[in-house]
Amino acid sequence: MSAPVRAAAPGSPKSLARSRPRYGEQLIKAILLISALVSIATTVGIIVALVEPTIEFFSEVSFGEFFGSTTWGPLFSPPAFGVWPIIVATLEITLIAILVAVPLGLAAAIFLSEYATPRVRKIFKPVLEVLAGVPTVVFGFFALTFVTPVLKDWFPFLGLEAKNALSAGLLVGVMIIPIVASLSEDAMAAVPNGLREGSYALGASKMLTSVRVVVPAAFSGIVAAVILAISRAAGETMIVAIAGGFKSVFTLNPADEMATMAAFIAQAGSGDASVGSIPYKTIFAVGSLLFIMTFFMNYVSARLVQKYREVYE
Amino acid sequence: MAVLSTPKSAVELASKGRPLKEHLFRVALLSSLAIALIFLGMLLIYVLEEGWPRLSPTLWENMPSIRRPETAGIQSGIFGTLWIIGLTALMALPTGILAAVYLEEYADRTRWYNKVIELNISNLAAVPSIVYGILGLGIIARWLQFGFTVMTGAITVSLLVLPIVIISAREAIRAVPPSIREGSLALGATQWQTIWRQVLPASIPGIATGSILALSRAIGEAAPFLMLGAATLVRFNPEGVWSSFTVLPLQIYNFISQSREEFHVLAAAAIVILLAILLLMNSVAIWLRNRYQKRW
Repeated sequence: MSAPVRAAAPGSPKSLARSRPRYGEQLIKAILLISALVSIATTVGIIVALVEPTIEFFSEVSFGEFFGSTTWGPLFSPPAFGVWPIIVATLEITLIAILVAVPLGLAAAIFLSEYATPRVRKIFKPVLEVLAGVPTVVFGFFALTFVTPVLKDWFPFLGLEAKNALSAGLLVGVMIIPIVASLSEDAMAAVPNGLREGSYALGASKMLTSVRVVVPAAFSGIVAAVILAISRAAGETMIVAIAGGFKSVFTLNPADEMATMAAFIAQAGSGDASVGSIPYKTIFAVGSLLFIMTFFMNYVSARLVQKYREVYE
Repeated sequence: MAVLSTPKSAVELASKGRPLKEHLFRVALLSSLAIALIFLGMLLIYVLEEGWPRLSPTLWENMPSIRRPETAGIQSGIFGTLWIIGLTALMALPTGILAAVYLEEYADRTRWYNKVIELNISNLAAVPSIVYGILGLGIIARWLQFGFTVMTGAITVSLLVLPIVIISAREAIRAVPPSIREGSLALGATQWQTIWRQVLPASIPGIATGSILALSRAIGEAAPFLMLGAATLVRFNPEGVWSSFTVLPLQIYNFISQSREEFHVLAAAAIVILLAILLLMNSVAIWLRNRYQKRW
């Protein structure tokens, strides 16, 4: 911006620089900066909210008991604080969700980015957006009252419980399809056309170009999308609370009822755990664990997106 | 490079028509989209069918009850949601749009603090909503002593949707070509005059679309409110920002948690109302985007 100013005033005695400070403009900039800092305050707030009760929690329950035993029941008496059952349940439901969402979401992204004509895109993109806008209580309701009974009918040998990890995981998977699809599509759209044209010029078909050129070129963006989807799935609350249940038994069988970390927080938080009691502090300890896990994944994902932006844009 | 290793494709090119594999691949891609579409369709039809018997004016005229599912309604949930959304719009939208203006128009990307802000926003956008509930519970309800009120709920959900507002507003602002700004600056306008009179008006459709989508996320959110004591049965409409409240999604969650079948019908009917509101908002957003999207 400064270059034209200099060029316009060769040898002019009068400086074109701002002759007096513009306080109004400065003030506006300060207000805008403060708005941007609200997001930093939010992060700080989350950390502050989590840290103190978590420290208090660990002063009463040892680290060894928390991470070293496999019985979870902070709301029972006598309470048990082995966190592994809810971690395993979280991972299992996330895995089921990813198995659903990655193939479907990635295929949808390839179709929208490489195959669909603009008209077809205009029809399908809103569908994905609507799917992304469906509240998670609705998915939970659908899992509990429709998917589970149907699965019970079709596959009686699975021995599904009324609330189970399988239906919850499937629906969490459906919930994250739009995330995988739209972020992967963004990454594929950022791949320069030259790569595609080069591939066609060498005689590759459309499928080969999509699978061997576009997908590898967009790989970091696709990985970012998947990581973000994993993070979403791990933190999803309402679907798992409704369809996955609150029972925390150390089990790997997806037909069983199992509580994830988020489901536990929801259960303990909506009950009336009195402030300062151990069950109350457990909410924050589990919350810290969930926050650290998702924060780490989000960070990796954000860095990967930055990386592909740097390469192609 | 991957292409070089597959000379077979050159032979395929020579053969007439598309090989079967190509067709199958295309069909597989299309069918995965179709699965999502069919699934969405099934969900809508199922909910509508389940909830149909209870879709009558009593649904929004009556208060919820956990004793009489035949006459229970969702009025307090609808009013609670309206209060929350109104306040969220008042708080989250201006803050988010101003933050977006700062990041797009003023921030020097090479400065470390601006990088931190950017990374922080994309991080926050993916923090689980239940963690925002913990923030609301620990900081706003307890530490600031706002209690389990409409205000606490609205602040919590504003913080939750803020990253979404910022990210979409930034995209809209970025879509305004630099030549518009340069023209305005060249005519002697200050930076803020340029933003206020040129950039913002040009990006309003995009900002509005993003804002509507962010608010619809806030409407469907249930998990944070679960932490804010909104889960208990509330049989009155909020009277102000310091009143206790419930929201529609939580009302639905409450009904689902009851074991009697009639409550599931009631839940389905409430879901129909919720989805109708959201679909309406989404359609407005999509229409806005298609109608006013400018190709510069």
